[in-house]
Amino acid sequence: MSAIDTSASAGFALSTRGLSRSFGSLVVARDIELNLPVGARYALIGPNGAGKTTLINLMTGMLAPNAGQIMLGGQDITDLSPQARVKLGLARTFQINSLFAHLNPLEAVTLAVCERRGISPRFWQNIAVNKDAIEEAYDILVRLKLGDCAYQPTRELPYGRQRLLEIALALATKPKVLLLDEPAAGVPQEESGDIFEVVASLSNDLTLLFIEHDMHVVFRFATHIIVLVGGAVFTEGSPAEIAADPGVREVYLGKRHHG
Amino acid sequence: MANPTPLTPQGYLLARTDWHPLEIMFWLATLLPFLVFPNYLSLASQIAITALFALSLDIILGYAGVVSLGHAAFFGIGAYSAGLFSKFVWGEPFSGLLVAATLAGLFGYATSFIISRFRHLPLIMITLGLGLLAHEVANSAHWLTGGSDGFQGARTDPVFGLFRFDLYGKTAYAYSLGVLFIVFLCARRLIHSPFGLALRGIRENFNRMPAIGADSRAHIRKAYTIAAVIAGICGALLTQTTNSASLESISFQRSADVLVMLVLGGAGRLYGGLIGAAIFMIARDQFSGIAPQFWYFWIGVLLVAVVMFLPNGILGGLSAIVARWRRK
Repeated sequence: MSAIDTSASAGFALSTRGLSRSFGSLVVARDIELNLPVGARYALIGPNGAGKTTLINLMTGMLAPNAGQIMLGGQDITDLSPQARVKLGLARTFQINSLFAHLNPLEAVTLAVCERRGISPRFWQNIAVNKDAIEEAYDILVRLKLGDCAYQPTRELPYGRQRLLEIALALATKPKVLLLDEPAAGVPQEESGDIFEVVASLSNDLTLLFIEHDMHVVFRFATHIIVLVGGAVFTEGSPAEIAADPGVREVYLGKRHHG
Repeated sequence: MANPTPLTPQGYLLARTDWHPLEIMFWLATLLPFLVFPNYLSLASQIAITALFALSLDIILGYAGVVSLGHAAFFGIGAYSAGLFSKFVWGEPFSGLLVAATLAGLFGYATSFIISRFRHLPLIMITLGLGLLAHEVANSAHWLTGGSDGFQGARTDPVFGLFRFDLYGKTAYAYSLGVLFIVFLCARRLIHSPFGLALRGIRENFNRMPAIGADSRAHIRKAYTIAAVIAGICGALLTQTTNSASLESISFQRSADVLVMLVLGGAGRLYGGLIGAAIFMIARDQFSGIAPQFWYFWIGVLLVAVVMFLPNGILGGLSAIVARWRRK
């Protein structure tokens, strides 16, 4: 049976089968089945409490499912630790900044690069000798327009910069699949476009799933939209299909307009 | 601008490992007791040993954020194993240090598998429990450790076969200071290593670490073992320089004292433990002459004041003042 499942999910960068989780009587994920093709730009939308962040926590291993399977590139990762999933190429960012307040961006991203390259156990070596790792970290910062604040402590950075650093940390793990939990959360609307420009400029090989509330952004950047309601997939489809779906309008879009 | 923008990111990180003039002054000042306080060399030796002990706690507490109330277990293991080694094998001091470091490290490695699974209050309670356990084992193994009567029969050969441990503590201080400095250099390198950066990451944001692919538990196990090795060396130094070992070396009091010293001096800055140990030991020496035991009253006052007004310890407070003064 699992052989069939594996072959069915082989073409996808990330897929889930019957993923379920509940806290007592509260069901936060109900039989979720997702398939993200390689290079996808998928949006995950749904009203507050629909279980969007929970789904990311389940897929990244920060929360254990009660039932179901998670496959990364056809490999079953359901029982792997969060860090093992990262090593296989599944990275995420956090809705609420989860950064290293007293490290500067260069140190933080270098840390992530060192972990990926497997040099972080070296306690006898001056970190500065790892030229390649440091330059790789700096290049990521430059790519995300953080080059000019690489040496400033993270806690002193403007909030929008910190949101970009969230993404930089995830990119340093060289992910194949990147799950972005509201990358522009808390950023003023006029700046949130900048963050999504950065997201859109990421390599086409990278498979993306992002949670976002701003429908303008969703319709502009997503090629496919998944609507989550009450812990279950309500519907999914292209932006045009979702926009035209009266059910989605009712449960989620309400009276809001969208482009 | 205090520091000009460095040319490359690598150059920037390299520059962070440079020696600060204050550091050089600090180490030159450690030589002063030989010239200025020749009557206090025994105390100076004890301070050097305690400072190294505080440094070992700093690696796990100040850098990895692992609070321990049982760190004396490793000190005691080092103290007794150095004593036993000198009694039954031979008295050459450096091999004694090596044996003590190895045994303390093995115990540290074994317990690190428990330690690394817990955080916060449960972690503190487990380290406390392990510390009490080690103390009781040492207490009841009277045939081996001498129990509450103290360990008898340690004998330490001259250092390099040349320098006898004299009554004034000249050799003792030179030996302890030498070991302190060498281990400090290793600790300083560790802090500036990729591993040291990972430890700072654990301290700054434990929850983010798995999301960047880090196995924090493995890092903590390693840091805990390294700290245990250093603490074992400290215990051995005390045995070798005093030719005695007692239950005090493995007591809860010692675990609590070293934590107080590190918090007073400032955790997570390498020198905090050294300065905290010096202040603590000198205060104890001075106050206990006036009113033995009562001196903890003043340590209590100092501890409360420092934690209230200088949350990063004396060293943290000083560097904040210097930074403010520079900005003016």
